Amino acid sequence: MKMDLGNWQVANGDRSQTDIPLAIEAPGLVKRFDDFTAVDGIDISVPQGAIYGILGPNGAGKTTTLRMLLGIVDPDEGERRVLGAQRPHDVAHAIGYLPEERGFYPAMKAYEAIAFVGALRGLPLAEGRKRGRELLEEHGLSYAAERQIRQMSKGMAQQVQILGTLVHEPRLVVFDEPFSGLDAINQGKLERMIRALADKGTTVIFSTHVIAHAERLCDEVAIIAGGKVPFAGAVDVARDRIRPQVRLETRQADGAWRAALPDDARKNGRFRNFSLPESGVEPLLRALIESEAGILTLSIERAGLHDTFVAIAGEAAARALEENGEMEQMR
Amino acid sequence: MTGRLSTLAAALVIARRDFGAILFSRAFFFFLLGPLFPVFVGAMAGGVGQRVQQSAELPTIGVAMESADVEAIVAAHDQLADRLGATLPTLIVLKRLDTHEPYDPVAAIGSGMTGVSAILSGSPAKPLLTGTREKIEAWRGPVSLLTAQALGRAPQSYPEVMTSAVTPPASSDRGSRLMTAQAAQTLLFLLTMLLAGMVLSNLVEEKANKIIEILAAAIPMDAVFFGKLFAMLAVSIVGIAFWGLFGGILVLAAGNVLPSLPSPAVGWPMFLALGVVYFACAYLLLGSVFLAIGSLATTVREVQTLSMPVTMMQLMVFFLASYAMTQPGSATELFAQAFPFSSPFAMLARAAQEPMLWTHAAAVAWQALWIVVLVRVGARLFRTRVMKSGPAKVKQPRERLWNMRKATA
Repeated sequence: MKMDLGNWQVANGDRSQTDIPLAIEAPGLVKRFDDFTAVDGIDISVPQGAIYGILGPNGAGKTTTLRMLLGIVDPDEGERRVLGAQRPHDVAHAIGYLPEERGFYPAMKAYEAIAFVGALRGLPLAEGRKRGRELLEEHGLSYAAERQIRQMSKGMAQQVQILGTLVHEPRLVVFDEPFSGLDAINQGKLERMIRALADKGTTVIFSTHVIAHAERLCDEVAIIAGGKVPFAGAVDVARDRIRPQVRLETRQADGAWRAALPDDARKNGRFRNFSLPESGVEPLLRALIESEAGILTLSIERAGLHDTFVAIAGEAAARALEENGEMEQMR
Repeated sequence: MTGRLSTLAAALVIARRDFGAILFSRAFFFFLLGPLFPVFVGAMAGGVGQRVQQSAELPTIGVAMESADVEAIVAAHDQLADRLGATLPTLIVLKRLDTHEPYDPVAAIGSGMTGVSAILSGSPAKPLLTGTREKIEAWRGPVSLLTAQALGRAPQSYPEVMTSAVTPPASSDRGSRLMTAQAAQTLLFLLTMLLAGMVLSNLVEEKANKIIEILAAAIPMDAVFFGKLFAMLAVSIVGIAFWGLFGGILVLAAGNVLPSLPSPAVGWPMFLALGVVYFACAYLLLGSVFLAIGSLATTVREVQTLSMPVTMMQLMVFFLASYAMTQPGSATELFAQAFPFSSPFAMLARAAQEPMLWTHAAAVAWQALWIVVLVRVGARLFRTRVMKSGPAKVKQPRERLWNMRKATA
């Protein structure tokens, strides 16, 4: 996938030029609720078979964007084409969706709940029941097949709901904050499940406010902040937008050598962190040696998605994202 | 991979789930018992009322005369009782007076100890009837006949009256069918109110379970709404079938003992069929409005507040249809038949009174059109006003009730 590294935004035109078949193509989506603009001109294009993350703090517009893509609400402006269809409900049978607000009929048994979600997507009920039992067995939940949803823990009910999302073998799976409410072990299981889906050619879109999940899983991300998308594209492209980070440890705490450091250098304990200057590492090294900095260690690391997010969405959005993550962990 | 569901197929998925869930719920048990409550309360109220009336208005005349006169009056009462039936009040002897013994009937009635509604005193030749004005008006005639009989002045023989009982002709007696129409309307109204409330709480429960977004993502909201309405309709038909069977057995067991309603103009089979159709229409019309309300409300309290005006409106619609029934051919009747919410009630009343059938086909089509319109409007309201996410603004309760559009994503 060849990208123009100079562009923050990956336009749909760029996609068609590269001949990548798209599972979702939605330019210029706008959604207003009275005088509040929840989504303000978002462009989303998701390649088929990709794992695509929508990253942003709570209230950024992630859920509204997903709801527009799924046809739950209609955009006020913009277009959407999902699996080739302009009306998402026309291809609902090929889509699986796990909403952020999890819920099921409390009196339903696990396998019946899975079958019911399948039936909503066009899977015959008997087939759904059979597959429901099989899926529960595959994921080590066969003991819960006859258990009612109300008798399950929140995490277990969520796993059942995730299986319901997949029972009809969709081509496109949309998860809204799927890791929320799962313990670390089940988060790992879900990550493996998402990778397995992508390996089979299923397109997976998920929203999250936990950067680590997006960083580990996604081929591409859209960063949403304040209803806008300041970046959409490959994770590697996003990370390449930030200069590599230098971590320097010196024998001398101060001295003339500091003039060789760029303006963004920050002291962090014994280390100084800064972006690698555009001139490269050799002039930097030469300047440090000549000014007798006494280099103890010097490492150059590629920027992480978090740094990228800070650079793209801004400090405020990054702080909101971190607070969301902390709140989630507390829960 | 699966195939795309049509709106009807999607509605059936919802209907099947809801039907099964409701049928095996406690709510359905209470729904089945529902018709018993008005019957039970009605019987209780009727019984108490009758008792009160009986004790308040004893149809009894007390006699206070000299002994020989008392004997003559009692004998005359026995002779006339067969011919006059209920017209002649019951007679009890209050006092056998000695010759020229004074008696004050006003004081006796005023004491409240006699247990009679009026007192006949004096003598058969010069009777005095003491009681309230109403009782005097009602019993003056029978008492004069009674005293005449006691004096031997009444006819000694009466000609035998031949009788021939007829039933009113089926095609012309609109008035007698009013009772049938009224009974059908009342039954229709009670059933629709009961069911529409159930569909409302069903949707609120769905929102509380947070499954509504899964439904909205998979199938059109129209299908969700139609599915819910169909499910409740099917539940109600099970209930009606149950009570119909019960009623049928009761009628068969009781034979001719049960009071019978005048035959409707379109005949009983067609009337019953139209009853089911109009019930379905009335329920679907009201249910679609309640569904729209349920989709907007987030709590049971909001549901109660929002549904109150609709319930009041429904009552007014029922009164309109009832009034229109008594005004055949008037603009009121025409309006009641055309206004979608009163149309099923008014048209059912018409079926009881007029034999024409094509008007019913037109009315059912008209009502079906309104059902589709209302469901679509409800679904659109749901999608535009409810499906939002994110942190909501802090609002005053009143503002939240009427303006649920301020949520953010």
